[in-house]
Amino acid sequence: MLTRTLNISTSPHIAKGISTDVIMQNVVWALVPATLFAAYSFGISAVLVISVSVISCVLTEHFLCKFSKKGSTISDWSAVITGLLLGLTLPPIFPLWMTFCGGVIAIALGKFVFGGLGYNVFNPALVGRAVLQAAFPVAITTWYPAFLENRFTSVATSLTALPFMQPTFDGTSGATPLSAFKFDHITANTSDLALGLVSGSTGETCAALIFLGGLYLIARNMMNWRIPVAILGSVFVFSGVLYLFDSQVYPSPVFMIFSGGLMLGAMFMATDMVGSPITSLGVVIYGVFIGVLVVVIRIWGGLPEGVMYAILLGNALSPQIDKMIKPRVYGTANHKK
Amino acid sequence: MLSFHKNTFRHGVHPPEYKDETRGLPIRQFPFAPVIILPTVQHIGAPSEIVVREGQEVLRGQLLAKSGGYVSVPVHAPVSGTIRKITNVPTITGKMVPGIYLEAFPASGQEVMEGTPIEIETATGEEILQGIQAAGIVGLGGAAFPTHVKLKIPEDKCCEVLIINGIECEPFLTTDHRVMLEQADDIFMGIRYLLKATGAKRVIIGIEANKQDAAKHLKGQAPNDLPVTIKVVPVKYPQGSEKMLITSLLGYEVPSGGLPIEVDSVVVNVATTAEIGRLLPHGRGIQERVVTITGPGVKKKGNYLIPVGTPLRYVLEQVGVDKHISEVYMGGPMMGVAVSNLDISIVKGTSGILVFGEKDVKKTSKVYPCIKCGACVDACPISLNPSRLGILAKFEAYDQMVEDYHLLDCFECGSCSYVCPSHIPLVQYFRLSKSIVRKRQAIKQAAANVN
Repeated sequence: MLTRTLNISTSPHIAKGISTDVIMQNVVWALVPATLFAAYSFGISAVLVISVSVISCVLTEHFLCKFSKKGSTISDWSAVITGLLLGLTLPPIFPLWMTFCGGVIAIALGKFVFGGLGYNVFNPALVGRAVLQAAFPVAITTWYPAFLENRFTSVATSLTALPFMQPTFDGTSGATPLSAFKFDHITANTSDLALGLVSGSTGETCAALIFLGGLYLIARNMMNWRIPVAILGSVFVFSGVLYLFDSQVYPSPVFMIFSGGLMLGAMFMATDMVGSPITSLGVVIYGVFIGVLVVVIRIWGGLPEGVMYAILLGNALSPQIDKMIKPRVYGTANHKK
Repeated sequence: MLSFHKNTFRHGVHPPEYKDETRGLPIRQFPFAPVIILPTVQHIGAPSEIVVREGQEVLRGQLLAKSGGYVSVPVHAPVSGTIRKITNVPTITGKMVPGIYLEAFPASGQEVMEGTPIEIETATGEEILQGIQAAGIVGLGGAAFPTHVKLKIPEDKCCEVLIINGIECEPFLTTDHRVMLEQADDIFMGIRYLLKATGAKRVIIGIEANKQDAAKHLKGQAPNDLPVTIKVVPVKYPQGSEKMLITSLLGYEVPSGGLPIEVDSVVVNVATTAEIGRLLPHGRGIQERVVTITGPGVKKKGNYLIPVGTPLRYVLEQVGVDKHISEVYMGGPMMGVAVSNLDISIVKGTSGILVFGEKDVKKTSKVYPCIKCGACVDACPISLNPSRLGILAKFEAYDQMVEDYHLLDCFECGSCSYVCPSHIPLVQYFRLSKSIVRKRQAIKQAAANVN
């Protein structure tokens, strides 16, 4: 009976039982409502853009791992998240070959060159999008109206443009609420914004569903709630002050919260654990920094939207925040009772 | 700031307790094994020095090995019998140390030999400390540090509060719980000795809220002339650590690198206290201790009074284990040590034996890279940054770990590894790093001395 070989392991011998791949899977589940809404509002085009983006990210990760003679890491689900997020931030009529390039760049330049999962400085999906924005400024700012009648039967012609050819865009392009405000000073209806009944990137339009997905992750303790609270709070307060100052020139804070990619960015991209600080105070500073930058870029910058750059800059700052904000170690205060 | 943390300490974790199966089982005497194995290293400090010879017949309670110095304790015979062999014996760390094989007399009455009693009325503090050392008493909570050394108050310090540690925050273990329910008189007798030895003015018994019955029982039994308060604190791991307990009970922190006496306190485990109260009036040495034997692989779970030196193999045969046993731990699941060899024996510091079968142990979980989720930062009771320390350990940046990230404050409670979703063996990294750092410091010191 007692001649068995015993396994030995180091303490602790019990674990809480949450696993990194499970966290990643749950982030994917949390993005499902927003993804389904994208398919509903933009039809087949959106499904194609998101699918190509996910496939491109997963394939890139798999082959890069193989080339560098490591085991494939696609089973940790992080490449799927990158692909989903990238797809959701692109316009629904974005040419598919460009989407594919974006996925390759996101994984290769955004993640792999840094050493893979956990070592990337920037959010990979945003790196991919930033490169696409620089390379294809026209395609990435050509918007498309939601809820077209033929959206389930035909795809936009630009979608299937051949690689390295100039895509032709359909005549029905629609301005996003943010660009309409920036260039024509037209403010969209708030409830339309919250429910996603407007034009915009594939998956950024329905703030309410994105918010729900975020709430799910917060409830399962898989997301740091302080980050979206700090970002949305600081955007609301900062733009609110400006709005009170002059409501003719500046947009209302509610418009600011629900428009553009802010909800998706605050809930799913700024909360990327790898790129955000590790302490509670650190993430609040990080969130406020991003929130303020979003308002500054949107109002005084040359672009209608600033969430992407704000988060990338926040990512760049977060190692510095971690260096400066350290928890006070037990027993190191000047005290004695 | 500290007022926010009343009755508890910062951070910590809440592992499942797994105490229900044994908390209601009274302490039972364990049978004597035919052969007892006694290592001379059962405590922290210098090994004990063997004073018997092979073939000698000894009585239960007789001195077998004397203290090997000030930070050392003697070993007594847990049974009457014959010294079979004096040779190297295995220990849980894998190291062989000098020890004794003692063959018990079959069917003997096992009368206990009495020594010189330490009378509580007449003994001085110094005599009590000597008595505690002579009884071979060490911290029974698991650390096995010689108790008399801990109780010796430095000249320039004074002990204001004596804290009795009845926290038992490790999952599965219920020994202190049973001791508090069944040995109240011994505990209060022990407190009398401890008060006299330390000069403390008051006593707090700290108990976690999952042992309300023990707190109530002790409250009912407390003699009126003792300045004892019983304080129930919320359940949280690692509250049983001295420093965490002081913060929970008194609200202030022990300075980094310091001992509890720097904040005028001394912390003693409750079972150690009971042992002092039971042994000193008779001048006896420690012969047995309460051990919780539990885990999914054990048939007769329970709290047993087991003679020190009983071979682990004999213990498992007596309680009956699943035939597919796969892992055995000594101590609790958070800080306990995995057993590789069943021929080691129960020592003074063994608080529990946990047995897990094949199906109870999760297959080796895959280790993912650190995703900086911060779970470890929120778990660390001393507010370190285990995530960063883990990365630095991989790069062997030991100096930076010590200077910038307080590596040496880590007391290896395992909370960081427990919560890590990437299953990184953080605490193991820190153990290795600390031993490397200590070794380097020792070499540097030696070099400095030569120059």
